[in-house]
Parts: sequence; structure tokens; C-alpha cells
Amino acid sequence: MTKKEETTKTTYQLPIGPIHPALKEPVMFEFEIDGERIVDADVILGDIHRAIEWAGMRRNPIQIIYLAERICGICSISHPIAFIRAVENACDIGSPERAEYLRVIQAELERICSHMLWAGVAAHEIGFDSVLFLTWQMREKALDLTEYLTGNRITKGVMTIGGIRRDITKDQIPKINETLNYFKDNFEKLRHVFLDDKTFQLRSQGVGILTKEDALKLCAVGPTTRASGIKKDVRVDQPYFAYGDLDIDYITPDILTGEVNGDVYDRIIVRLLEVKQSIGLIEQCIDKMPEGDLVSEPKIPKLLAQIKKTKAEGIGRHEAPRGECVHYVKFNGDSEHPYTWKVRASTYANILPWIPMLKGEQIADIPIVAASTDPCMSCTNRVAIVDNDNHKKYELDKEQLHQLSVEKTRRLMR
Amino acid sequence: MRFSMILPVFKQMFKKPWTNKFPAKYQPSSTTKFLTDVEAGKAKLILPIETPEGFRGKITYDKEACIGCNLCIKVCPCGAIEAKPKEKKIKIYLSRCCFCSQCNDICPKDCLKMSNEFLLADTDPYSKDLIVE
Ligand code: SF4
Ligand code: SF4
Repeated sequence: MTKKEETTKTTYQLPIGPIHPALKEPVMFEFEIDGERIVDADVILGDIHRAIEWAGMRRNPIQIIYLAERICGICSISHPIAFIRAVENACDIGSPERAEYLRVIQAELERICSHMLWAGVAAHEIGFDSVLFLTWQMREKALDLTEYLTGNRITKGVMTIGGIRRDITKDQIPKINETLNYFKDNFEKLRHVFLDDKTFQLRSQGVGILTKEDALKLCAVGPTTRASGIKKDVRVDQPYFAYGDLDIDYITPDILTGEVNGDVYDRIIVRLLEVKQSIGLIEQCIDKMPEGDLVSEPKIPKLLAQIKKTKAEGIGRHEAPRGECVHYVKFNGDSEHPYTWKVRASTYANILPWIPMLKGEQIADIPIVAASTDPCMSCTNRVAIVDNDNHKKYELDKEQLHQLSVEKTRRLMR
Repeated sequence: MRFSMILPVFKQMFKKPWTNKFPAKYQPSSTTKFLTDVEAGKAKLILPIETPEGFRGKITYDKEACIGCNLCIKVCPCGAIEAKPKEKKIKIYLSRCCFCSQCNDICPKDCLKMSNEFLLADTDPYSKDLIVE
């Protein structure tokens, strides 16, 4: 009697990236595929390192604000905010109350722009391009308002150490209200398209699930973690600027649906609700904003002299549209250039959650699941190691990397 | 409605496009020739959308008022400003400028301003239009 022969089933590997038509930015995925189903996923970063921190260490903090703006075009207020908070923290600089409110207005306006942009991209990723144009048509109004208030559409250049560079005058308020009302009037339209439409529901419900446990374990941040039901938001947890005076709470999907699934659909809900929340916050700021100065130290050379004398380190945190963004600076007391500048962009914390989200999904869902954390690769890349002799990339193993980190920390502690 | 986009898309087909067709309805094959035609009155220029107040465009420089303190060079994030030590004046390379207007803020004599001129594209980064001095 012969033993029945067994069929050996194998999986195959599917690399996507670093440059791929479906990806907006260079990142490398390696998938283990069984048929159409993803068995395992891996993410490889480091293809778009721009040495921004290194460049920053050769500039003074006023110059770095504009460099920080260029870490990410969409978070061009969030990175400067985190950076100036770090510098203010290190050098003990305060800012006038009016500036605190104006900073909140700018930050929330950026959140509206960013979430609208994301909603359009999400629609595009599931192949629903008419919705992309609908959302971006609305986003245009937010960009027009940004241009009206700051003079630029994308890199706003309004933040400064110890205050803000542009005021919002009384005659600018009608235009702000007009734009906010436009958003409020059209919000229902947007909600209806994104949440009631059959196409969206089929592509996003039950797809790319991140459980609450995984989100906690992997330290996800921003809307990604809130969509999994975790109440985490720097604006509420440790209020800064004027956020402490405003009526603000965590946005989780159960506010609207009564349940938390942690899928792509929930992430859409969270972002849409946050657009609404941001509109409310801007309105509150306009109502409550006191009169007063814009900057605590109008003389920039004096400010730089103060920074030059400082020997301290500081940390700045801000809830960017994608989640918490952290900057660290250290001044040595002998130069106005920071001795170190370290950036932890929000996407960095949202990379690992991709893996549980993608496991078990179909190949066709990769774009929408990957896009659902609103990733921003350029902000995230920190290290690229190139062997100068044979121009090859090489990797460091865990021990070497740990050793290098220990050495760097010691150097900084000196 | 299950398929919510059908109606808006159909409506859109009958709406006037939002895009402002600057400089002409159809992109001319040679912009230079088109501009000479406009000057001669042979073609009509569609004007660009107006810039809002406080727009950050090409920098204007009041050379007489400048005292050559070089503070603007100290804060410029792009290294776009060059000192002219002999004359005690400065020179701005707009092709490197990121229009942050930090130099405007720090100038003690208020001699730098931002105009609303934004048509600065050029094939030569060192052309006369892109150097302010
Ligand atoms: S606007 Fe900014 S980048 Fe341009 S010259 Fe002035 S400081 Fe430099
Ligand atoms: S800061 Fe003003 S006065 Fe000083 S060099 Fe620059 S342009 Fe001239």
C-alpha cells in the first residue's frame, strides 16, 4: 500500500517599491503572498534620507524654522511648532497670549487642509477619483484661506520663536467665517459620500484592522490610534498654547457609530470628525482671542544672543494631523547653532502598525490600507548608511546599532 | 442613495470649469511669441487670479536706505543673500530664495519688501530678473 502523496503548498514573495507607481513616496514593502492573501509583510525604510537634521545643526534656530517647514509640505506648521516649542523649552522663552491663540488657528487650519487632502487620496486609492476631485475642490477653499492669512499656500512661514509672525486683523475675520461656513455647509455632503456610499463601505469596512491591543503595543499615534479606540491626543493630554482654554475632546469612531472596529472605515470617520472639530476650535479661538503683542521678543538679534548663551536641552511636542510629532534640541552655550536636533515625525510611530493591518488582507487592499495611516515617508527617514568604498548600502545589526545609540547618548549627556 | 457621486458628476458636466485659463485658453506653443502678439494687440491675455494682500512675491530692495548691516544675511535660511562689502550693500539671488520674508522682518531700515510679482520662472537662474541688487 503506497502512502498518499502530499501536496506541498508554498507562498511566494511580492516586493513593492521602493519606486512603484502605486506609491507616492519611496518605501519598500516585502509581502509573503498565498494566492491573493497576504501572509506576512515587512517594511524597509531609508530610501529618502535628506540629512535635514545635519543641515539644521549648521544653522541658527531662526533659519531652522524654515528648514523644519520643509520636512513635510503638509505638516508645514506642525514641524515648526514642535521645533519652536523645543527651543522655547530649552531657552525659557514665553510667548504672548494672543500668539498662543493665533498658533492654534494656524495649526487647526493645517489639520483641515491635511485631512481633506488625505480623504481625497484615500478615495483615489480605492479608484474613486470623482470623490478625489470633490474633496480637493473643497480643500481649495482652505488653501485660499491659508494664502489669505499667511501669504503662502503651503509653506506658511508664520511661526517664530516666542510668538507668531502674522496677525489676524478684524477685517480678515469675515473671510475666515465665510470659509468655515462653506465647510460646515458642505460637511454633510462629504460625510454622505464617504460614509454612506456603498463603494466606500465595501472597500473600507473590516479592512486593515488594527486592534486596540496592537495599537497600544506598537505605540501608534494620531487618528490611526484613535480609530482603534485609544484616547490619545497631545492637545488634550498635555494642553499647550491655547488648547487648555478650548473645548476639545478625543475623537474616536464610537462618537458617530457607537462601536470601534479599528478598520479603514473608522479611520475615515475619525478624520472627518476632526475636520469638524478643527472648524469649531478656530471659531472658539476667534471668539476668545485677546488683544496683545505677537512676539515676546521683537528683536531677533537679541533673541539669537539669548539662545547663544543657553546651555540646555528642550523637547517640543505637537499633535500634527498624523499624530504626535516630537522635536528635541540641545544647545551647548557656545554657538547659536544647536548641538543636536532630533525629529520624530508622526509617521515613524505608525510604520509598525502597518504589519498587523496588512496581514490577512488581499493584494488589492494594500494601497488603501497603507494610505489609511496617512503616511509621510520623507518626514520619517532618518538613517541611510552607505559604504563609501564600494557604494553599497549595508545594514547594522541590533547590537551595533544599540552600541552606536549608547555612544551618541553619552556624547549628548556630556 | 447608494451611489452618491452619480448626481454630482452629472451636474459637474454642465458647469463652467473652475480653472482660470492663464495666459490663454490654449497654451501657446511659444510664450515669448504670444507675449509679443499681446503687445501688438493681436492676441488677448487672460489675466492671472489676483494675489491676496500680504502675498509673498519677488523682493524689492531700497538700495539707498540699506546701511549694509548684514543682519538679513544672518537669518536667511537659504543663503540667498550675498554681501557686497565694498559698497556696503547686498545682492539677493531670487532663484535660491524661499520667500519666507524673514529678511524683511529683521531689516532695521525696512528696505526689503515683498511685492506681489510671482511670475518668476526663468531658464537661467542668474538672469537679470532673478537678481535683486
Ligand atoms: S525671503 Fe527668506 S529666503 Fe528669501 S532672501 Fe529673504 S530671508 Fe532669504
Ligand atoms: S538688513 Fe536691511 S539694512 Fe541691513 S544689510 Fe540687509 S537690507 Fe541692508
